[in-house]
Amino acid sequence: MTTIYSSASEMAQALSKKDISSVELTKLHLGRIEAVDGKVHAFLHVDSQGAIAQATAVDAKRAAGEKLSPLAGVPLALKDILAQKGVPTTAGSKILQGWRPPYDSTVVAKLKAAGVVILGKTNMDEFAMGSSTENSAYGTTQNPWDLTRTPGGSSGGSAAAVAAFQAPLAIGTDTGGSIRQPAALTGIVGVKPTYGGVSRYGVVAYSSSLDQVGPFARTVLDTALLHEAIAGHDERDSTSINAPVPQVVAAAKKLDVKGMKIGVIKELGGTGFQAGVSQRFNEALELLVAGGAQIVEVSCPNFEYALAAYYLIAPSEASSNLARFDSMRYGLRVGDDGSKGAEEVMSITREAGFGKEVKRRIILGTYALSSGYYDAYYGSAQKVRTLVKQDFEKAFAQVDVLVSPVTPTTAFKIGEKSNDPVAMYLSDIATIPVNMAGIGGMSLPVGLAPEDGLPVGMQIMAPVMQDDRFYRVGGALEAALLSKWGKPLLSNIPELGGM
Amino acid sequence: MAAISRDDVAHLAKLARVEMTPDELDHMATELEDILGAVKRVQEVATAEIAPTSHPLAMTNIFREDVVRPSLTNEEALSGAPAKAEDRFKVPQILGEE
Repeated sequence: MTTIYSSASEMAQALSKKDISSVELTKLHLGRIEAVDGKVHAFLHVDSQGAIAQATAVDAKRAAGEKLSPLAGVPLALKDILAQKGVPTTAGSKILQGWRPPYDSTVVAKLKAAGVVILGKTNMDEFAMGSSTENSAYGTTQNPWDLTRTPGGSSGGSAAAVAAFQAPLAIGTDTGGSIRQPAALTGIVGVKPTYGGVSRYGVVAYSSSLDQVGPFARTVLDTALLHEAIAGHDERDSTSINAPVPQVVAAAKKLDVKGMKIGVIKELGGTGFQAGVSQRFNEALELLVAGGAQIVEVSCPNFEYALAAYYLIAPSEASSNLARFDSMRYGLRVGDDGSKGAEEVMSITREAGFGKEVKRRIILGTYALSSGYYDAYYGSAQKVRTLVKQDFEKAFAQVDVLVSPVTPTTAFKIGEKSNDPVAMYLSDIATIPVNMAGIGGMSLPVGLAPEDGLPVGMQIMAPVMQDDRFYRVGGALEAALLSKWGKPLLSNIPELGGM
Repeated sequence: MAAISRDDVAHLAKLARVEMTPDELDHMATELEDILGAVKRVQEVATAEIAPTSHPLAMTNIFREDVVRPSLTNEEALSGAPAKAEDRFKVPQILGEE
């Protein structure tokens, strides 16, 4: 029987056999959201009417015998950073409160064309700047594993929605780890595709040379199905790669790592990593060895500078990107009483509309790009980016994929790091190098840390446009873990009440 | 590298068109100093002979044919405007009276 606990693939199968209709499946999820989102706060906006309408349309097409996409009729949660026509899109910011985009982002257009049912928009750190959702202007999302902890961020709402069975699929964006880190902290699968693999058209820009849209789900196969549905060249995004989409669904089904060479990055582990995180990571490596993979230790000596470079590059690009929020054509306008000029209204509006972390990064970026400091800060950071890329190139010359823990610790307490920006930034230490180099990476749940019972994620990375490799390793490892545990990791998640 | 002062922050805030209260300026100056202290490590390895990377993809300009394509209607384009008049965006005064 199909329930909210089924995988997206199982739901899709039940839909195609007409065991359940998309309207029924959508209502099940809307009911779950109604029952538990008061505790989780994954959603900023639930579009019940729109979702039922989409589901009704898919059911009608199926009844008429039309050929449908693999995920047709399956519900999904959308990060509130992607434009969806007529549906509120805030990017977690007051400055966009009430804005309803007059167009669809390419990813939303692709989801609609595939018949995927969009349930609503999920919470996030304002403009994707953060690692916990605590920077959202609309309140923090709670981690369904422990409601006193954050789900990670910035795509924390999307990750929490999938972990809390409010949606089997979700879309996030990842600039420095914003898909992989919340996936790890909530015990689900999340993928940051190769930069340029998925269109950024209609995605509110944070740091354009790093931002990438990607999928969340509870299984590797479901993640691959969603990845294929949203990926591909888009002439509206000049940075989207004009090449065939990697065969990620086929790779997820291989369930075999025999003969693969897997590199463990020496610098991303050991000191500074929680004991239970290292333990579950190492146990997962043993399973890969048992499956016939060869483990090699590799060194990426420049990764230790990646975090510092990121916190110069991303704020620099953000200070430029966020200049568009000028109160003139859309979004908030404050202080326009007829006596003030445009620049003054602009400044007052930006003061009122931006949160603390956003202002911090705008000022930092403005500083790093200003004359006299450009070479010392932004220029140096770009050179570090070259070094990080070279480290990856050397490592991938020796191995097929690279692995590391996704995060140094399991989910942290709400409020624990919110007043210490530098400590918060450290939670992205293992994910940032991937964005700097533009390659892809997966976060796969590999167990619960013994000391706190919270999920641990393994990061699997592959060279540019070889995303199929981490789906192959992830799929095989997921199967090995499942046979070891006898049940999925998420079956250990506490009951949230409700259904 | 000189430490960042409260006046520096006020100047940056002006450049970035973000008003800031005196309290915010105090806080931001301290926080920025901490952050800059942490990020200036990039200078340790950024030697002259390393080429900078600005973007993960090496690409040149992408062109398309200059043909008219469907776009937003006037009404759609103005749908999010904070103020509008005569089918146009209405904005506060841009030039001085003089």
